[in-house]
Amino acid sequence: MAPGERMGLLRWWLIFLLLLLPLGVLLEGLLTNDLGADPAKYIVKELGFWAICWLWLTLAVTPARKFLGWRWLTRYRRMFGLYTFFYAVLHLLAFATFLVGWRWDILLTELTKRPYIVVGSLALLLLLPLALTSTQGMQRRLGKRWKKLHTLIYPVSLLVLLHFVWQIRSDFLQQLIFAFLLAILLGYRLYLKRCS
Amino acid sequence: MQAALSVAAIPMVGLPSLADAADYDIPADLPRYKGPQWLQPKLADALRNSALSTRETLAPYYHAITHNNFYEFGTDKRDPVRYAQKFKTDPWKVEISGEVARPGNYDLEDILAPHALEDRVYRLRCVEAWSMVIPWLGFPLADLIKRFEPTTKAKYVQFTTILDKEQMSEQRSSFGTIDWPYVEGLRMDEAMNPLTLMAVGMYGNALPPQNGAPLRLVVPWKYGFKSIKSIVRIHFSETMPETSWNITAPDEYGFYANVNPEVDHPRWTQATERRLPSGLLTPNIIDTLPFNGYADQVAHLYKGMDLTKWF
Repeated sequence: MAPGERMGLLRWWLIFLLLLLPLGVLLEGLLTNDLGADPAKYIVKELGFWAICWLWLTLAVTPARKFLGWRWLTRYRRMFGLYTFFYAVLHLLAFATFLVGWRWDILLTELTKRPYIVVGSLALLLLLPLALTSTQGMQRRLGKRWKKLHTLIYPVSLLVLLHFVWQIRSDFLQQLIFAFLLAILLGYRLYLKRCS
Repeated sequence: MQAALSVAAIPMVGLPSLADAADYDIPADLPRYKGPQWLQPKLADALRNSALSTRETLAPYYHAITHNNFYEFGTDKRDPVRYAQKFKTDPWKVEISGEVARPGNYDLEDILAPHALEDRVYRLRCVEAWSMVIPWLGFPLADLIKRFEPTTKAKYVQFTTILDKEQMSEQRSSFGTIDWPYVEGLRMDEAMNPLTLMAVGMYGNALPPQNGAPLRLVVPWKYGFKSIKSIVRIHFSETMPETSWNITAPDEYGFYANVNPEVDHPRWTQATERRLPSGLLTPNIIDTLPFNGYADQVAHLYKGMDLTKWF
């Protein structure tokens, strides 16, 4: 293995573990019983929060490459996207298990009566084909259509932001920050499109 | 302190068998709140009001003192326990104002002087669809109101939480929707109902700052946000007073805010609740009862009212 390759591998593992870290912290908190009086709610919230972070990170890859010249980051875009999906699925599973206890009657009311849950579920549903077609093989097979399919990430990000904003009670600083970041990430693409 | 609160194993607290308030099982590594000297004998002498107390399992002390909505100290459930520990609750003054014969600015000690404390176990149902069973120490608000002799014009009572930007970080924040100070209100007959409690303690001790020390309201048939904390003003008026959540989101939070499984919050259902503590794999989901199970005592107050309109 060439030294450059070895460095690349090391970096891959570092980034892989870094994105796994929030889950590790949650598990550690769970095992040491340090998640507060309502661990169920806490876990669901944290998983959702990190899913959003990784989605925003995925969207930041292209601007970072074009703006900062970080070409190496592109190698990790698939990993970021899959981590987004992974945390989002865990977020849903934690919700259904820890908060609803898989009671179908409640799940049904939640899915019909809580608009932010409808929007969140829709976002996750749209992420599914993106995760399934994330392999290089699928990318080759789909050719041009792959790129088109994966522009779904933009409406997904808007649904996710809505899912987040719709839960504001009083304090909206977090949502404001994420909305601001998304405006930059999507605005940048609109700007490029206009210029081309 | 922080380490003490993140204790690993929290034993379940059984229902105290005696009517003696000192009997609560408080783990040695959790802080107890003693309150000012003058309050301590009153707390110690409190007797259980069995008739008005539920026999359901109490929330463990740890849960009650670390899971709080007290937005003045931050909007995360664990913010109040983190940031309220140095909150100054003594000396404390309460202003009585408006349509009363004896308005004034009173020391809390004088406010409390003639009242014996009772120990009452109430269900607390948060509008966010979780609930706990809490043993409060307090006295009927009705007894306090009578002392200050409201005039015939007094139709409503408004309560105000302390405004203290130095001590309450969220009151300094520009990224919240609540207009401080926090205000709440009751109709006079609601305020005079025997269930309505002015609390100064819980679990046999004084109120922790994160739970609304030194003086808070407890209205068990209404969503928790009605039970305003750290009260500095009690104002009597002829017209319906403004209430904080109603100002913030009038389509989501009404003046009455009675617990009602039939009337959903616009963003979520109120038909069920998670009673804390709730196991991860077996969430403790129970049906929410009309008036939080206190319909026998309070349903008559709303006779003839359309509760979907007056939510």
